[in-house]
Amino acid sequence: MRDLILGIETSCDETAAAVIEGGKKALSSVVASQADIHKEYGGVVPEIASRKHVELILAVIEKALGDAGKDREEIQGIAVTNGPGLIGSLMVGLSTAKAFAYGLGRPLIGVNHLEAHLSAVHLEHEAEFPFVGLVVSGGHTSIYLVKGYTEFELIGKTRDDAAGEAFDKAAKVLGLEYPGGVAIDRLAREGNPEAIRFPRAFMGAETLDFSFSGLKTSLVYYLRKYPDPDGERLRDICSSYQEAIAETLTEKTLLAAKKFGVGSVVIAGGVACNSRLRALAKERFEEEGITLRIPSPALCTDNAAMIGALGAAKLRQGETSELNIHPYSTSRPRYFRGRGMVSGL
Amino acid sequence: MEIQVTDAEDTIKLGEIIGKSLEPGSIIALRGDLGAGKTVLVKGIARGLGVEDEPVSPTFVIMNAYEGRIPLYHFDLYRISGADELMSIGADEFLFGGGVSAVEWAERVEEIFPEYTIYIDIKMPGPGSGAAENTREIKIEGKKEWVSSFRSTAEQALPASTR
Repeated sequence: MRDLILGIETSCDETAAAVIEGGKKALSSVVASQADIHKEYGGVVPEIASRKHVELILAVIEKALGDAGKDREEIQGIAVTNGPGLIGSLMVGLSTAKAFAYGLGRPLIGVNHLEAHLSAVHLEHEAEFPFVGLVVSGGHTSIYLVKGYTEFELIGKTRDDAAGEAFDKAAKVLGLEYPGGVAIDRLAREGNPEAIRFPRAFMGAETLDFSFSGLKTSLVYYLRKYPDPDGERLRDICSSYQEAIAETLTEKTLLAAKKFGVGSVVIAGGVACNSRLRALAKERFEEEGITLRIPSPALCTDNAAMIGALGAAKLRQGETSELNIHPYSTSRPRYFRGRGMVSGL
Repeated sequence: MEIQVTDAEDTIKLGEIIGKSLEPGSIIALRGDLGAGKTVLVKGIARGLGVEDEPVSPTFVIMNAYEGRIPLYHFDLYRISGADELMSIGADEFLFGGGVSAVEWAERVEEIFPEYTIYIDIKMPGPGSGAAENTREIKIEGKKEWVSSFRSTAEQALPASTR
């Protein structure tokens, strides 16, 4: 099948659009990042994010169509992230997608942002179902059992902070710049990962959940005892802290793979760009004889190609959406479902 | 009133007692440094409100909503720059929407809080204070009637730590 899907993504601070052919090939993928704008505030500022999305969205979609050499009339479906994410930001992409779907008379396909992160793998590799997928980013840390192109079962999640949040907040108390994960990754390369033993919250083999709040607090405690680190000590802190996160993520994902007896694992999301996580996961899964796939960096950070990939699969299954679907902020949208309320801002 | 708790478990217990004492419309403003245990206290408040799920950090999405005896709106203003921004994204509809609002990093947008707000300050022990790392000084302020009725409940439930 050579179906053409337009993917749209505005869940956080990237305005993105892509054209996907046959669910497997990105003809174009345009990402306009607001990272520089948010940098001066030390994080994503929701109101700025939604305003920027409004300014950028149409130009980004036009560029995606232009890069793909396709006319909008040729698009067979509009896939869009409707959650989880910032409600104000999601609203921009979702409203635009609805307008395109309605105007062109094509189906709308609402897509879960986290499931889409794992679907990014199909743009580069042949799928090996079932696989265990870890989605790890600034706002999310979740493990899925993926049984098919549109079959995702959530089997673990963070009980407090996301891994990316643990990086961002650590960077802030260390006086590093936003985004924190990148700054820590860079400094960690020349640090000693065993200099400080930060806690790893494994919480036993029976759970696939994560907890990073205690790690963050232990760094705060450490800095109260030994304030204002710089030079080698700062590099050691970054390296040791990053090691704790990378090890926890890798070991829990490995535990999930063994528990469900899968031979293939996918790690995706912005934190999957972290060099130590990539190296450690590669080493550990190789030892265990499990195939590890990590999408290339441009497909790990937020993008619309992954939205189009999952959208194409859903369209094939007939899983289209009504034009009145709502955005939702959490990965657990069942709250207040049916009462017409939105669980977030 | 001031309460000293010895660990996160104690903080959850205290939160649970707070949660049980709340009414529709209650607003709790939480202040304290990174790692002080604000989200931990909200986990307890959720329990006291009969929420089945365990709240997670709302930093990324600004607010999470939970169903309970009274709906719980769990805010985190860590990434919010001011009252204008908070209101422009529709926070007032929830803050004053008849549920219970627990607001982390309240110090960032002090001016939005009405006079009936319950303020909770969580302090970590100072370095060199001799106190164990996990202890916290928790100061609770609010309307007189609420504080006095809360004090008697808390004194019964956590006899060792209330002051």
